[in-house]
Amino acid sequence: MSAFLQQMINGLSIGSVYALMAVGYSLVYSIMNFSNFAHGGVIMIGAYMGFFLMTALELPFAVAFVLAAIGAGLLAVSLERIAYRPLRKRNAPFLYFIISAMGASIFLENIVVATIGPTFRTYPKVFSSTPFQFGQISVGRLDAIMFLISGISLMMLVYIIEKTKTGMAIKSTAYSIRASTLMGVNTDRIIFIVFGLGGVLAGIAGVLFGMKYTVYPQIGFITMKSFIAAVFGGLGSLPGAVIGSILLGVIETLTAGYFSSQYRDLIAFILLIAVLIWRPSGLMGKITEDKA
Amino acid sequence: MGWYYIQGILILSGIYLMAVLGLSLLTGFTGLFSFGHAGFMAVGAYTTAAMTIKFNVPFILALLIGGLAAALVSLVIGKLTLNLKGDYFCIATLGFGEAIRLILDNVQYFGGARGWPGIPLKTGLMNVIIFNVIAVVILVNLIKSRHGRNLQAIREEEMASQIIGINVFKYKMISLAISAAYAGIAGGMLAHYTGFLQPKMFQLIKSTELTIMVIFGGLGSISGSIIGAIVLTSLPEVLRAFDRWRLVVYGASVIFIMITRPQGLMGGYEITITNIKKLISRITSLGKKKHTIGGDN
Repeated sequence: MSAFLQQMINGLSIGSVYALMAVGYSLVYSIMNFSNFAHGGVIMIGAYMGFFLMTALELPFAVAFVLAAIGAGLLAVSLERIAYRPLRKRNAPFLYFIISAMGASIFLENIVVATIGPTFRTYPKVFSSTPFQFGQISVGRLDAIMFLISGISLMMLVYIIEKTKTGMAIKSTAYSIRASTLMGVNTDRIIFIVFGLGGVLAGIAGVLFGMKYTVYPQIGFITMKSFIAAVFGGLGSLPGAVIGSILLGVIETLTAGYFSSQYRDLIAFILLIAVLIWRPSGLMGKITEDKA
Repeated sequence: MGWYYIQGILILSGIYLMAVLGLSLLTGFTGLFSFGHAGFMAVGAYTTAAMTIKFNVPFILALLIGGLAAALVSLVIGKLTLNLKGDYFCIATLGFGEAIRLILDNVQYFGGARGWPGIPLKTGLMNVIIFNVIAVVILVNLIKSRHGRNLQAIREEEMASQIIGINVFKYKMISLAISAAYAGIAGGMLAHYTGFLQPKMFQLIKSTELTIMVIFGGLGSISGSIIGAIVLTSLPEVLRAFDRWRLVVYGASVIFIMITRPQGLMGGYEITITNIKKLISRITSLGKKKHTIGGDN
């Protein structure tokens, strides 16, 4: 029983980081109806920024953390400017956005390989590795902090979306971009903000992920799993993305714990296909009905 | 730059051309997008290699069996996911492609993640060219037939095609199966060219590259796909000198194509003798016009 609880806690902690990433996919999807595959690249750059701010510039963790988040936000916004805005102005079909996003992710991954190199890098130790003990269950300090930071960031996002005027505009733009424009919402600005928010969360997720594991150019592939989580929860739905991520994190750690860690990735992709077959809109996705 | 090296690039271009031709049918002529064609290539590659090594089947027959296996797999996938709209079909194929790779990682019979060496080298420049010529002829005839026109109707307006009595689902299945078969055969040729198979060779990036080749050449143009496959397969080789930067350039140029010329190089036009004649006559008439206008000076 305690082993099971232990696995659940590990799953929650990794699931919460997935949630930070998945929310970025979902936010963009909810407004622009395409899967932003460049998001993985932004997460990776965020992780590298945090790493270099802490090692090369020797900044304290908190400062590096905030700067990496802001940097990733800026990167996401400029990606939107360069790779998506021209397509948006032309009303290009969704596929062009996906291809452009794929191009951006290839570009980001390889510019890191070309300039920094493909080696794995380990974050300096910030938190002591002695775990918190609750009876028989031990919770790693880093895991607990990951969960905490993710939770706070997500709550701030929910606050922005539910309580502020901008959040209202984001919701209305997600509902209908045309009607919102007619109602005087500056949708260009909303898209800018959405990419910025997604990018900031991606930066936070990148740093947390880098601290837990290592930093390397192909992190983007791991973030594919957070994309699966977003699909699982329902693309375009924020609560869906969070719930999907937590579930995926738990399912993954349980598979790794009880079967074999080799099947961990496979389970994720099989889950993706299964969800698409039986319930393409996910657990709580926005229903996309095609009117030809 | 010996002949051997150039020959290698040509063979590789030919192999990807085969897969791109199939994807061109699906994407360019039916309007369905797939990020799982590397998965079909993997199915074809492993089936073909298993046939030649474990069952001593002749190469050509093994290739056909590989293509058939990929087509069968695609029918199962299609049955389950072709009803999904736009983005979701894309995501489903993506998930499928990755799942195939991860399953192969765990099948020890085929060497698992460590790979499968010792596959006989049977793909040469000659048979690659012959296969591709056959593939192009079949594809051109298919597209010009009634069935091909039905596919293009679906691409243009799905609901309208349904109304005039085209069985949209059936035609999408046919298109998917044929394109998967092409990808499977390409995979088989690849296996017998490199002599070594590893699930890693069929990552998501490979599927993306295939789609990029089709789009680069121009959706709905076979000659465009041919140019796309050859240019984009040899481009990384040409850029080999700046090894580290070639994929950076590749990624940037993909974005550049999308934002500047999304209809691709050919933009739906074909290189045929009549089109070339038209082009020449247009150029010459353009020259004449200029002459008369400028005649006043």
